[in-house]
Amino acid sequence: MKLLVPVKRVVDYNVKVRVKSDQTGVELTGVKMSMNPFDEIAVEEAVRLKEKGIAAEIVAISIGPAACGETIRTALAMGADRGILVETEASPEPLAVAKMLRAIAEREQPGLVIMGKQAIDDDMNATGQMLAALLGWPQGTFASKVEIAGDTATVTREVDGGLETVALTLPAVVTADLRLNEPRYASLPNIMKARKKPIETIKPADLGVDPAPRLTVLKVTEPPKRQAGRKVGSVAELVDKLRNEAKVI
Amino acid sequence: MTALVLLDHENGRIKQPSRSAVAAAAKLGEVHVLVAGTDAGAADAAARLPGVARVLRAADVAYDHALAEPLAALLVSLAGDYSHLLAAATAIGKNVMPRVAALLDVQPISDIAGVESEDVFVRPIYAGNALATVRSADPKKVITVRAASFDPVAEEGGSAPVADIPPAGGGERSRFVSAELSKSERPELTAARVVVSGGRGMQSGDNFHLLDPIADKLGAAVGASRAAVDAGFVPNDYQVGQTGKIVAPELYVAVGISGAIQHLAGMKDSKVIVAINKDEDAPIFQVADYGLVADLFTALPELKAELEKA
Repeated sequence: MKLLVPVKRVVDYNVKVRVKSDQTGVELTGVKMSMNPFDEIAVEEAVRLKEKGIAAEIVAISIGPAACGETIRTALAMGADRGILVETEASPEPLAVAKMLRAIAEREQPGLVIMGKQAIDDDMNATGQMLAALLGWPQGTFASKVEIAGDTATVTREVDGGLETVALTLPAVVTADLRLNEPRYASLPNIMKARKKPIETIKPADLGVDPAPRLTVLKVTEPPKRQAGRKVGSVAELVDKLRNEAKVI
Repeated sequence: MTALVLLDHENGRIKQPSRSAVAAAAKLGEVHVLVAGTDAGAADAAARLPGVARVLRAADVAYDHALAEPLAALLVSLAGDYSHLLAAATAIGKNVMPRVAALLDVQPISDIAGVESEDVFVRPIYAGNALATVRSADPKKVITVRAASFDPVAEEGGSAPVADIPPAGGGERSRFVSAELSKSERPELTAARVVVSGGRGMQSGDNFHLLDPIADKLGAAVGASRAAVDAGFVPNDYQVGQTGKIVAPELYVAVGISGAIQHLAGMKDSKVIVAINKDEDAPIFQVADYGLVADLFTALPELKAELEKA
């Protein structure tokens, strides 16, 4: 079975982003970029399925500027076999991304697509669900466990009150939540090996997709700042303040 | 302009985040709501929500576990009559609504924190470190609502008519197997007036029980930082933060939580924040209204005793 793993290049998770003073977005110049952490978990899960003999080939896909090639290299160093870079200047919205992924899935015929549940830049939490819808496939979102047997994926999902398990007839889309696994660090030999793995570069037009956005960003602003309060000297003082000043208990 | 809101319900009650979604929808026009599944009484509970003009009831077992595939098909079958389709940004809403959007060829607008007009919405990005105001050019808007940003409508006060609607298929390739839900007498995290959360500083799952008597005394839900979840102290459904639950209670007590931006993203809209941490430079103190620099293992028993005094 072939696996597709879409990976997004995002602002590194340790960076505290700054809103641009002209309110057009956040400052991305000179900011460290990394693979979206949830996508890293997805890559790890795919590699484990290959190690178990369930998956035969892993194709990593990234959509965005040429630098997304580095994100694909990271996936290749973790164990993916080859890459597809859909090169486009802007970062397309989930709908356009899902349409491009659909076109690739129709060409590649994977048994399973695994991707992060959410990208930590736009926090949309949408692309996996949308891809499943466009393909007419079932979806196992927010996965904390994935088991494949025959033509069925049994997916344990993180839901509001605990866990839920669903059985999906393959092919399907699974989106990874935090506890699915702990991604490995790529070893130096594997990083070297990844340099020789092939990456195909294509354009959105090759996939017949118009990447024009449906949402116009009118402005990006800083959220209202919280004023740091004050330190209290003791538990007794804390409880007194909560009772008599803040009046919340 | 009529909006349709997909409601989360359980045991004949409409969940609080969905009542917040109804409040958001009311800013857009007339509000209809959809209750799917055989949960007895849920449609009647929906009919009593103030501001609801019509309840659509799809009382079919196909919807009992809120699987995305049949629910999305149902919403798409109803979409023709509506300008806006909304749900709370809960596990159900986040699972279903993007699927609906894709089937309608619409870019969803996730996790809105504000309604500016019928096509302009405010939503947090980058873990809430920025707020984007976006205009949708799509003919229909598909939206999930950040419940913490909208005061929920009351449970009682309305009397809308209930109409039965037929199922719409779509469940052929997915099947519910089982659920393992946390049992707790405490309020749900996203609905609690007070939340007491522990972090890595709690050191173990056993130590989390130090929070129990305090939570009981305050009628609070217990939450956790991602660090505490990752360390295996508590289950993931305790997690407050960018990728966990977003809460905005009257009082948030952060115990042994350093205050990573991903955690702050989930609680910084709380009305009053208390931080207890032995590291006086912990970033949590920068957002806390009241900070106590103390070892939590001495502070928690003292806090328990102090709360029991009055």
